[in-house]
Amino acid sequence: MKIVVNDEVHEVSATTLAALIDELGYGGARIATAMNGSFVPVPLRDKTALNDGAQVEIVAPMQGG
Amino acid sequence: MTAHFYGVELSSPLMLGTAQYPSPDILRDAVQAAQPGVVTVSLRRESAGERAGQAFWSLIRELGVPVLPNTAGCHTVKEAVTTAHMAREVFGTEWVKLEVIGELDTLQPDVFGLVEAARILSEDGFKVFPYTTEDLVVAERLLAAGCDVLMPWGAPIGSGKGLNNIFGLRALRAHFPDVPLVVDAGIGVPSHAAQALELGYDAVLINTAVAKAGDPAVMARAFRLAVEAGVLACVADPMEERDMAVPSTPVAGKAMLA
Repeated sequence: MKIVVNDEVHEVSATTLAALIDELGYGGARIATAMNGSFVPVPLRDKTALNDGAQVEIVAPMQGG
Repeated sequence: MTAHFYGVELSSPLMLGTAQYPSPDILRDAVQAAQPGVVTVSLRRESAGERAGQAFWSLIRELGVPVLPNTAGCHTVKEAVTTAHMAREVFGTEWVKLEVIGELDTLQPDVFGLVEAARILSEDGFKVFPYTTEDLVVAERLLAAGCDVLMPWGAPIGSGKGLNNIFGLRALRAHFPDVPLVVDAGIGVPSHAAQALELGYDAVLINTAVAKAGDPAVMARAFRLAVEAGVLACVADPMEERDMAVPSTPVAGKAMLA
């Protein structure tokens, strides 16, 4: 399945958002996620199914003003 | 002595941004020199390989200063609200510096979107610090939307021009004597920060002025001293301005030598 993560296309075997995070190597990282423009909180990641072409955003703390 | 922001008294009226420093070490030195009440932080895309955000988060935790996440760069209500939700989860705080940018040359807030986003977030339990203008009517709307703090700009973000509209900022202070007010954006040098506090503002938020100084740590210390001076000056009740001169040396008793 092709998933777009932070604007980059990935071919993945994961079928849930939680599995995608592990598959891409974000395990244990302090991150927040959104799919198709909507926030997906941590408890919902393993209940959130991926569909082909889904747009996933993965963000983390960064410098800000 | 600082105002309470959503029931929390900050250790300093200096709020310091963490962006644009030459290196993480210089950021650390600047924060330690500034001793800010909060540092502002943001969210950006994370790469699984680089994990830049994880290193930054470790540094912030090590500094031990409370964080105020922002929604910088958001141009729509939806973007800002979604970003705020992500920030609440990542940073573990309901505080959010709400930015809904309306115009790219000035980075001035889209105050209509700001009010709407502030209402949505306040209803959802967020403690919103809205980046706004000095407009009194917008301020009223933000308070009605649930904000207990206002953050009017001094001048456009990153411009360093100081307090562009002193009259407007003074009017805002007079109109909302009990609302914590923070000058956010546009402060370029410590005297601007002192001036804001002399006007009775409760805090100032500074980033570029420190990060882009030749020596950020020294500038950070200068800002720390400036806000201390500004607070003391406000407490001490400054004299009123006059249009004409009044001699400070007593005239009585002056020798007649003419």
